[in-house]
Amino acid sequence: MWLTELGLLFRRVRTRVLLFVLAAVPVAVAVAVRLSGEGPSPGQGPRFFDQITNNGVFAALVGLTVTLPFFLPLAVAIVAGDSVAGEANLGTLRYVLSRPVGRTRLLVLKATTVTVFCFVATFAVAIAGLIAGSILFPIGDVTTLSGDTLSLAAGTLRIGLAAILVAVSLLGLAAIGLFISTLTDAPVGAMAGTVGVAVLSGVLNAVPSLSWLHPFLLTHYWLSFGDVLRSPVYWNQILLNLLIQAVTVVIFAVAAWSRFTTKDVLA
Amino acid sequence: MSDETATVAQPSAATTPAARVFGEGPIDSEFAIETTGLTKRLGHTAVVDGLDLVVPSGSVYGFLGPNGSGKTTTIRMLLGLIWPSGGSYRVLGKAMPAANASVLPHVGALVEGPAFYPWLTGRQNLKRLDAAGPDGQRRTRRARIDAALAKVGLRAAATKRYRAYSLGMKQRLGLAAALLRPRSLLVLDEPTNGMDPQGTREIRNLVRELAAEGSTVFLSTHLLSEVEQLCTHVGIISVGKLVAQGSIEELRGSGDSMLRVETEDAADAAQVLERMGLESIIVTGEIVSAQLDGQRPEECNRALVLAGVGVRSLTTDRRSLEDAFVALTGEGFDVAH
Repeated sequence: MWLTELGLLFRRVRTRVLLFVLAAVPVAVAVAVRLSGEGPSPGQGPRFFDQITNNGVFAALVGLTVTLPFFLPLAVAIVAGDSVAGEANLGTLRYVLSRPVGRTRLLVLKATTVTVFCFVATFAVAIAGLIAGSILFPIGDVTTLSGDTLSLAAGTLRIGLAAILVAVSLLGLAAIGLFISTLTDAPVGAMAGTVGVAVLSGVLNAVPSLSWLHPFLLTHYWLSFGDVLRSPVYWNQILLNLLIQAVTVVIFAVAAWSRFTTKDVLA
Repeated sequence: MSDETATVAQPSAATTPAARVFGEGPIDSEFAIETTGLTKRLGHTAVVDGLDLVVPSGSVYGFLGPNGSGKTTTIRMLLGLIWPSGGSYRVLGKAMPAANASVLPHVGALVEGPAFYPWLTGRQNLKRLDAAGPDGQRRTRRARIDAALAKVGLRAAATKRYRAYSLGMKQRLGLAAALLRPRSLLVLDEPTNGMDPQGTREIRNLVRELAAEGSTVFLSTHLLSEVEQLCTHVGIISVGKLVAQGSIEELRGSGDSMLRVETEDAADAAQVLERMGLESIIVTGEIVSAQLDGQRPEECNRALVLAGVGVRSLTTDRRSLEDAFVALTGEGFDVAH
C-alpha cells in the first residue's frame, strides 16, 4: 500500500519534471559560475555563493538557499494540494474509499507520501549540487562560517544535516496543503491556496512594521539551516524553526483529519 | 437493443468455483440491501427522501429513475461516501455505515462512471486499487486481475495507459475493478453508459452471468429496456422518493393484459366487449383495444363472432413496464430508445 501510493506519485510525469527542474537549479548555478571564469567576490550573491569556486560542495548549499524561497515550496504545494483534491477531481477518491480504505488511513498515507516528497525534492537539490560542484570545482576541507575547517566527510555530513532541516522546514507548508486539499475538489485551487500561504508568509516577513509578527511566521526561520555550517553549530534559530513547523503540522493535520473524516464525498 | 433476448446465460467455465476461493465467503442474509426512511438532504432540498428499499439476495434489482432522481446519491450512501441525513440502512444484513469496513469488501461497485489514474495502465490501475484495501491478497492478485480483465474483454489493452482508453474501454475497466474479487453484491450505476451496441450486449450478458453465479446485482439505470431484459425486481424512484417496488411481474400486473381486435365493424365490436365487462375500450379506426380484466381472450373472440363481428385479427398484449411506469407515476419517462 505504501509502495503503491509512492509509485502513484513518482510514476507521474509531473512529479518527475518537478524533481528534474529542482535538481537543475544547483547545476545551472555551478555551470554559470564555472563559465564566468573567476568566482564571485566575497559577500556577493546568495549565502555560500562566494565559496563555490574554492570548494564545489558548496554548490549544494547554494542550491538549497536559492530553491527554498520559491521552487521548493511551489513543488511541495503542487504535491500536497493535489493529494486529496486530485483524487476527488479524478473521481478515484470514491473508488478508493469504497474499496474500502478508512479515511484516517488514506489521510495518513497521503501525509506520508507528501513527507517523502519533501525529503526527495530537497535531496534532489542537494545531491545534484554536490555532484555538479565536485565535477566543476575542486573539493576539499570545508571552511565553516565561523572560519575554522572541517574535513570533507564531516562537511558533507553537515550539508546532509542542512538538507534534512530544509526538508523539515517544508513540512508545515505540506500540512497546510494537505488541509486545503481536503476542502476542495479542485486540485489547482488547493495548489494555488498553498502557494498563497507561503507567499503571504514571505511578504509579511518582509514588512518591517510587522516585526512583532515575524517570529511566528511559517517561513521566518527557513534559512536557519545555514547555521549548521558554524562551529559549533548555532542551534537557537534551528530549534525555533522546528518548533514552528511542529506546531503547524499538528494544527493542520488535526484540521485535515476532522474535515476529511466527516466530509461528504460527492466528487 | 430490442433484438436482444432475455435468456439467462450459463456461467462459463472461467468463472466456476475456483474463482471463489479467495477472501472470506460471501455474507448470507435475506436481503442484500434494506433501507428504512433513508434520507439525504443537500442544502435545503431532500435529494433522497424517506427511501424504503428492499433488495432480496440473489435478485437483479433494477433501480430505475430519470436522471437527477436521487439514484447516485442513494448509491453513494450505500457505499459510505456520504452520510445520510436520516433513516437507516443495512447492506448484506449489517447495519451501515458502522459495518463499512467488514461489508464493503464484499461489494463491487461502479459509481457514476469509471475513474482511474490517466498516467497508469489499465493493469497498474487495478493493481493499485486491489492493493489499497483489505482482502486483496498479493499472492492471487495477478491471476485475479487477469480474470477480471478477461471477463470484460480488456486483456489486449491491459498495458495501455488509461489516458488512451475509449469511453467504452474505460467503462469496461470500471467493471473489471468491481470484479476483482468474488462479490456478494454488485452495485452498478449505469453500467452500459458509453458502450456501443455490441459492448452493451456483452455487459448485459456479463450481468446475467454474475447473477447466475449467485451475486445480487443492484443495477441503477434510466433505461427501461435494460430493466426489462435483465431484472427480476425493480424499484422506481422519482424526485428522491420510491414510487413503486416489487418483482417485475408484480409491477407489470399480470391481470392487466390488453386485447386488440382488428375489424371493419369496430363500433359493434366495442359494444360486445363492453357488454362482457371489459374496461378502457378505445376505438381507433378499425382497431379496438380494451383491458381484458380477467376475461379470457378466446371467450371474447367467441362472443364477437357470435355477434356477427368480422374479426380480422385478435391479439393480446402484456402490459409493458413502460405502461406500468406511466400508470404508477402519471408521467412520461425519458426512454432512450
